[in-house]
Amino acid sequence: MLRLFTARIIWPLLLILVVLLPMGINAVAGKKVSVNGQPLPKGSMERGKKVFEATCLTCHQADGSGVPRLNPPLIKSDYVTGDPVYLINILLKGLNDEIEVNGEYYGNPMPAQVQLSDQEIADVLTYVRNNFENKAKAITPAQVTAERKKLK
Amino acid sequence: MLVRFLLASSLWFGIVYTTRASDTTKIQTPAGFSTSIIADDLGNARHIAAAPNGVLFIKLERLKNGKGILRLEDNNKDGIYETITGFGNFGGTGIAVKNGYLYASSNSEVYRYRLNDKFEVLDADKPELIVTGLVNKNQHESKSITLDNAGNLYINVGAPSNACQVADRTKGSPGQDPCPILETAGGIWRFRANKLNQSYSEGTHYATGLRNVVGLDWNSAINELFVMQHGRDQLAQLYPDLYNDKQSAELPAEEMFMIKEGSNCGWPYCYYDGQQKKKVLAPEYGGDGKKEDRCANMQKPVVAFPAHMAPNALLFYTGDKFPARYKNGAFIAFHGSWNRAPLKQEGYLVAFVPFSNGQPSGEWEIFANGFAGVAEVKSPRDAKHRPCGLTQGADGAIYVADDVKGTIYRITYNN
Repeated sequence: MLRLFTARIIWPLLLILVVLLPMGINAVAGKKVSVNGQPLPKGSMERGKKVFEATCLTCHQADGSGVPRLNPPLIKSDYVTGDPVYLINILLKGLNDEIEVNGEYYGNPMPAQVQLSDQEIADVLTYVRNNFENKAKAITPAQVTAERKKLK
Repeated sequence: MLVRFLLASSLWFGIVYTTRASDTTKIQTPAGFSTSIIADDLGNARHIAAAPNGVLFIKLERLKNGKGILRLEDNNKDGIYETITGFGNFGGTGIAVKNGYLYASSNSEVYRYRLNDKFEVLDADKPELIVTGLVNKNQHESKSITLDNAGNLYINVGAPSNACQVADRTKGSPGQDPCPILETAGGIWRFRANKLNQSYSEGTHYATGLRNVVGLDWNSAINELFVMQHGRDQLAQLYPDLYNDKQSAELPAEEMFMIKEGSNCGWPYCYYDGQQKKKVLAPEYGGDGKKEDRCANMQKPVVAFPAHMAPNALLFYTGDKFPARYKNGAFIAFHGSWNRAPLKQEGYLVAFVPFSNGQPSGEWEIFANGFAGVAEVKSPRDAKHRPCGLTQGADGAIYVADDVKGTIYRITYNN
């Protein structure tokens, strides 16, 4: 009976430990990992969160779920985790067309956020791409600089 | 009830629709009132209009099965509107029945359909175009309509803007002064109800300084137009030095106005502070949250409601089936907020304001609540239903349309 108990309880517990251990190590080391195991730039998530709260939260909501039919969600959204150039340009130019996300349509215009620095745009996009159940590569200030140059 | 719903499959262009039976959202109303669901899963049901024979018409924001207007009828009088037909190839919000016609709006036009004595639509594919070419720019684009008893049609043209900044909703961008948007939007326009192909030049610019009105109704007791304004957004986000998140969630008031020809309600220069009980200058125009400046002369609301609750329908109750205090009073369907974030959202409800001699005679109160179906709405997506349309049925009940799932509620008084 005891053996059976051990087999039933201990093994799953061990399994959980094995799975959790690498995550724990990362947590201890303070590293946040993006897609492909690439670490995100140091401090980008913390800085990005601040930009999000000051600039994006009202419309896209604290949980990134957006506002039905007005402001698109950021949760598990292809356009958020997809092409960085497209995403950077939404922030630099705004978006005045209706957008379809996960089968629903959103019509409110998104204002351009040119007042944000390249670093702030990179940080907030990295934050959004690695929060709200998303996982995608970080966006660098250099990528934003390159797109901003094309605006003129 | 469940069985009734399952049996109440409706035929809609040959497609069998089974009314959703799982919806157990409980609506709270004052003692003596009760609520039932008369139709469900209709799509994004915006405004609703009742014909004198009990038939209901509903305007859908987006087409469903290729149709933008639904006609609902309860043939066997069991309280479930099982006979549903669709027509109209445009999405929109406004709908009204008047003098043998059904009026319905897209986001830039108003059409009308001829009705027969059973309030069936004649020439469903060939509506008459009454008004055309209204501003439609993907923000505040609903064209709500109401008609008076003298052959006039009133249309809201919402401003495609938050506060008429040079760059909309952008921190640091100044307010345009004068605001050019007001020439063709941000107000109410009046047209003849029976004249075809009218545009701005044939209409009367009836009222201005209204950011966005979705709920409006003609008050037949005193023959005046009343409207509900959606107040401006994002005070804290755009002016963090002047407003904190709490102030931003509680300012400005949502306003009810009695509109006269030539009324100026103050947008974008002013907003109404419900705590100070005055119109103050908007920060885009040099305001500091206290200064009145030019706003001292702007029209004041007859009722001020909490901020951001989004009043989407207004109905003056003229029936005799509710207790006397409700007679000629105003019901308002609040769609519920999103602009209170990061604070929790509010206002997914139907409110009531008692009226006497055409003016409010008491404080506003919650009439029906619980549409959201959750204890707390943190984000608007949490809400299972959002009130958007209101009408008074031929039976003296009021009907509430929800634009999340297309649930239609009937609220009756049982005595």
